[in-house]
Order: sequence, then C-alpha cells, then structure tokens
Amino acid sequence: MGAPKIVRVGLATCGIAAGADKVFQALAQELTGQQDVWLKQTGCLGMCHNEPLVEVLTPAGESYLYTKVTPEKATDIARRHVLGGEPVRDWLFDDGHYLAKQKRVVLRNSGRIDPESIDDYLEAGGYQAIAKALREMTPEQVIGELEKSGLRGRGGAGFPTYLKWRLTRQSPGRPKYIICNADEGDPGAFMDRSVLESDPHSVLEGMLIAAYAIGAREGYIYVRAEYPLAVKRLKLALAAARERGFLGENILGSGFDFDLKLREGAGAFVCGEETALMMSIEGKRGMPRFRPPFPAESGLWGKPTSINNVETYANVPWIILNGGEAFAQYGTERSKGTKVFALAGTITRGGLIEVPMGITIREIVFEIGGGIRSGREFKAVQIGGPSGGCLPASLADTPVDYESLTQAGAIMGSGGLLVMDDSACMVDVAKFFLDFTVKESCGKCTFCRLGTKQMQAILQRITNGEGREGDLELLEELANSISRASLCGLGQTAPNPVLTTLRFFRDEYEAHLYEKRCPAKKCRALIRYQVNPDRCNGCGLCNSYCPTNAISGEKKRPFSIDQNLCTHCGLCFNVCRHEAISVN
Amino acid sequence: MEEQLHAAVAAILRQYDHRRGNLLPVLQAVQARLGYLPPEAMEQIASAFGVPPVDVYSVATFYAQFRLKPPGRHQFKVCLGTACHLMGGHTVLDCFERRLGIKEGETTPDREFGLERVACVGCCALAPVVVVDGRVEGRVSPTRVDGLLLSFSLEKSRRETPATPTNGGGGSPYGA
Ligand SMILES: Cc1cc2nc3c(=O)[nH]c(=O)nc-3n(C[C@H](O)[C@H](O)[C@H](O)COP(=O)(O)O)c2cc1C
Ligand code: FES
Repeated sequence: MGAPKIVRVGLATCGIAAGADKVFQALAQELTGQQDVWLKQTGCLGMCHNEPLVEVLTPAGESYLYTKVTPEKATDIARRHVLGGEPVRDWLFDDGHYLAKQKRVVLRNSGRIDPESIDDYLEAGGYQAIAKALREMTPEQVIGELEKSGLRGRGGAGFPTYLKWRLTRQSPGRPKYIICNADEGDPGAFMDRSVLESDPHSVLEGMLIAAYAIGAREGYIYVRAEYPLAVKRLKLALAAARERGFLGENILGSGFDFDLKLREGAGAFVCGEETALMMSIEGKRGMPRFRPPFPAESGLWGKPTSINNVETYANVPWIILNGGEAFAQYGTERSKGTKVFALAGTITRGGLIEVPMGITIREIVFEIGGGIRSGREFKAVQIGGPSGGCLPASLADTPVDYESLTQAGAIMGSGGLLVMDDSACMVDVAKFFLDFTVKESCGKCTFCRLGTKQMQAILQRITNGEGREGDLELLEELANSISRASLCGLGQTAPNPVLTTLRFFRDEYEAHLYEKRCPAKKCRALIRYQVNPDRCNGCGLCNSYCPTNAISGEKKRPFSIDQNLCTHCGLCFNVCRHEAISVN
Repeated sequence: MEEQLHAAVAAILRQYDHRRGNLLPVLQAVQARLGYLPPEAMEQIASAFGVPPVDVYSVATFYAQFRLKPPGRHQFKVCLGTACHLMGGHTVLDCFERRLGIKEGETTPDREFGLERVACVGCCALAPVVVVDGRVEGRVSPTRVDGLLLSFSLEKSRRETPATPTNGGGGSPYGA
C-alpha cells in the first residue's frame, strides 16, 4: 500500500448541525489504529444541503464523496470501502454540476485541509505568499500587485483594496493598525463564518501581507459572537502561527514585526460598519461616526487604520503567489476575480459557492443551485441582505458584478443570496428587513431611528389588511428622506428592500392594500385555514398543536377550525401529515 | 452569595488591565462565568475601570449579547434571520412560546428554560435553525420542538428525586 488512504469529514458548523461529529466518531471507531488510513477533520466543502459529507481519497489520488452520511452508513463505508476497497456506489455523489461553474480562490483549501492544523496549511502552500512578499517584494510592489489584480473589498462597498492600503501607508500618523472585519451581520449570509472555520490561516496570512504593505505592527480581528467555532479555530490558528514564528517579532528573519488580537463582537449589526466597529474595539457603544476623516487617516484610537473583510484578506495570499494578472483574468471589466455566495432559501442545493464575477443569477440558481427545491416557481432573489434588494425572476440574466447589480436595483453586498419561490410574499420580505433595521439602528440619526419605525408601521398595517390610500407614496417619500439623512450605510440603505420590492412587485402591495389579499398566502391577517374533510382522518395532531384551541372534533372524524379563535399561526398546516389543512 | 459573586468578578478583573478597550472582553468574560450581568457586577467593573457605572450599563444595554437577567438552565435561541424567516422560523418560535408558556426574551419561572431569538447563526442552508445550549439544530419542525422539550423534561425528572410530574415545560404534545 504505502501512501495512506485519507478519509475526510467536514466538521464546520453546518456539518456538525447535520450530525457530522457522530459520523466522525463512527468512522474513528472503525478506523483508529488501522495502518495506512488517515482519518481527518476538514472544514466546509460548501455543500450544506448534503451534509454530513465524507470523502475517501485513495493513494492514487482518486476522490469518492459520500453525502448525507449517517453514523450507520459511515460504519459501512469504513468497512466496505476504506478497509474493503470497494466503493459503496449507491451512496456516492456526482458533483459535476455543482462544481463545474465554480472557481475556488478564496475557498481553495476549504474542505481539503484540517483547519486546526498549521502543518496542513503549510503543506497546501500556506505562508509562502508572506515569505515571498517579505523576501522579494517591497511594500509598494505588494500594493502594485493588488492594483493589477483589481481586487475590490468583499465586505459590501467594493472599494479598491490597493487604494485603501496605499492611502493608509501614506498617512503620516503612527502607529498604524489593520483590522479584519469578521462581524458578518447580514442575516442570511455565512461566507465569512465558513472561511474562518475552514481555512483560518489564509485570513491571517492575508492580514500579514496587508500589515507589511501598510506598515502596521498591530492588528485586530473582530469576529461575530454568534460564531463560536470560528472563534475557537481562530484562537488555535493564532497560537500556532505565533509558535511557528509567523506572528510576533522578526517574522521569518526579515525584521518585520506584527501581532494580532482577537475581539469578539457582542451582537450588534451596526458594528459591521467600520467606524462603529472601531468604537466597539475601543470599548464603547458601537455607534458610527461621520466620515471623513476616513479610517485610513484617523481610525482606531485616532490612528491610520485599514479595515478589510475576511474574504478580501483570504484572496490576498493567492494574488501574491499567482500574480495580480492571474486573478484579473476572472471576472468582468470592472469586477475582477471571484466572489463567494451563501445560497439559501427554497433552493435545491443550498450552500457556499465561489463563482467568477459576471456569472448570471440564472446560472447560479439553476445550474449550480439546482433550481427551486419545492418544484414551485422561481420568483425572486434577495441579494445584499438588509442593504440590498429583491430582483425578480425576469431579471435573472443580470450578471453578478458590482455595477450590473447596482444598476438593477440591488447591491453586491457581502454575498448573501436568498432564493425565493412563489410562496414568498414580497411585502412580508420587505417588512422582515425593516423589522431588522428598526431593531439594529443604533439610534444616532433621527431619520434612521424614527423614519424606519414609521415605514415599519405602514408595512405592518398593509400586511394587516389595514393599509390606506397613499401609503405606497408615503413609503417612497420616507425612503428617500431616510437614505439622504442618515450618517452611515445602515440608514442610507435601510429602505432598499422596500424600494426594490415596490419597484418590481408593486402589484403585490396593491393586492394587500386594495383587495385585502396576500397573493402568496403568507400574511397572517389576510388568510384563513380550513380543514378539508375529505382528507382529514381525524388523527387530532393539529388539535394538539393549536395554541388557541381553535380546532375541535372527535378522533377519527374530520376536525374543524373555529375562525373566531384562529390566530392564523399555521402550526396545524405545518404539522398535518395528510395535507388536510388548506390555506386561502 | 454576594461575596462569591464579588470574588468571581474580581478574579476576572485581575486577568485584564483596565483600559477602556478591555471593557467588552471583561463584560463577556463575566457573562460567560455568571450567565448574565448582575448590577453589582457592573458596578464593580465600573469602579475597577474608573468610569461611572452608567458607562458600563450603557455599553451592556447597547449590545444584544448581554443579558441583565439570569438565563435558563437550558437556553433556546430561535433563529429569525432571513433564511429562517422564509422557512418558517416564526412557527418554531410560536411553538416554543406555546409549550413553555413564555415569550422570547423570558425564562420559565423554574429557570429551567430560557427563550431568545437570534438573527442568523450562519447555517442558513439548514433553516429553520435553533441553537440549543450552544448546539445548532437544523431543519427544526414543530414536532422536533416537542421532541427536544420532552427529552429535557425527562432529564429534569431524572435529576429531581423523587420524580415530579412535568408541567408546562414540555410534556407530551397530546397532553397540553
Ligand atoms: C450597517 C453596515 C454593516 C456592515 N457589515 C459588514 C460586515 O458584517 N462585514 C464586513 O466585512 N463589512 C461590513 N460593512 C462594510 C464595512 O463598513 C467596510 O466597508 C468593510 O469592512 C471594508 O472592507 P472591504 O473593503 O474589504 O470590503 C458594513 C457596513 C454597514 C454600513
Ligand atoms: S437565517 Fe437562520 S441561520 Fe441564517
């Protein structure tokens, strides 16, 4: 035999939630102590819909991927394939479609290496980019390479990375700081979590290169508190990097000193905004401040600071090793490289994907995502979270790049891409985001604090069937004022979900407003649940779940719903196993 | 009791220097130790940092992570992020509220269960998601909620001898 067989199990949060830790234990029971077999944990392969994932690699380099593995299946795979040499064909996954259109730069190591092992990262070419930068390049050359690459910030705004670095480098103040923004607040996005859980060293290396280019000796990683596994793996990575001399003094004998501190966020969306984030690191309430001065001039503790997103940093080592031109060959004229998206919603293959910029929404949804899960009709995508917009199916051929998306009315955002079928109510979606911004507004600007509340109240009454003549115009007027009179991106973009749905789905607003009807049958006040007596077998399950005891009947006879008591929560609809509850 | 609390906070305070930048990490460490931030702890931290208590309080109330009341022995965080909202997160929250007889943000009177909401834990492809004592559960259905509560209430009655019948918190879906 010689070279070992490698068995990899994806142990990121998604995998663990699907039971991958138990699968790992089952494999360990069979394989521990076996010669020539190496069982290891990895991060996320991106196929969240198919977790838990087990990959068997033969010494000859062939890869066999098993999906939706249970502990029982794992035992079988260990015995029949790993030890017995016969792949279990029935359970193998054909990943042709899912991966064919993808290009992995940021996710180059995700799902391949053990994120808790620095040796794995080194073996995959890790820390060679910083070595190259320190030995062969001046800081200006590093920045020049980034300029050639065309890399723009992946945190949402798309500011050219090289320019941010150059401005910070040229800024006179001392010391200088760099920050990694890992606050990932868009509720429906998980790119940064996955990168940190699957390949934390790539982010550290990107930060090292940035620090060298800018002339910073100290940096911070500000990571969201809701990501405990990412925090744990970052801590391990920092300790390992320090031990091997990639962090600390005189790194790789070059005379360059740099170290990093980890800060956990505390659950405030606005702290993803760069100036608020710095306030938070300073130990204050995370409230944004006016820019200019920009952080490059006056950031953390008033010192020049460069702040970048997780994904932005993860691109950097690849660019330094492969050259800016290699990166710029992907993408479009003004949006270079690849972008990671978190695909979720009613899509068949939800998960994490990385695609060249310029790919269309249709290609993402249908060719990579496998289309709509429910077999229903594709209705819209929401891109960019609370700052973004909903694009209708008719705009599915829009290329995914900064300019095209903005022109269509959405934004690139940080990479949340939520797919909706015709069961989604667009007024409800808009209200969802407004509820979110109302909760998360820091309260500093009047329009953001109170204007969003007014918009929320209007949307509430529209979805309650109590909308008034002129409400839609009032929404638009408020939206414009809020955008103009807010200090930070949160308020400036808060009306976007409402504006885009008003633009593309105005008929749905009108149905709620004038006909008191929710076409998607989502808004509780406008729907009725009824028992279909032909389908109901009288099992009584719905009755046991009904919070208001609105359902009554005798066992084995059709039940009925008292409309006066029903609160339209939909629990009965969800628990019924016979599709005997209908909604109108 | 009060002395214990004082000692616990003092031990944490000793691990940090008291520059303002360390205020959040100290609050986080205290909450990790005590489960919440009692007023006495905030006052103690304020005097160590040399700032008025209101400064500490204003920071603690700004961030959603900090609890000013003790949590339950078991803490449920129902995700109401975008994906979970679309996939029925509210139904899951309704289910918990109904079975536990409390609203989100509250704790059952016996302090057995606490209920919170969270805006996305980053497992959107598995929506709707609930975090149960730190562990992420994906694709949670109303029946799964009952299953979870049932296993916890069994655990509770095993813990408490002589066995007491369960009420309110959990129990059979057919009982309540
Ligand atoms: C309300 C709000 C929330 C934000 N949240 C994030 C976030 O979670 N992660 C992030 O990287 N950038 C976020 N940003 C953008 C940052 O302010 C900043 O532009 C970004 O971190 C810069 O990094 P980049 O140039 O690499 O994109 C947010 C901005 C606003 C206005
Ligand atoms: S929206 Fe619930 S995990 Fe992301």
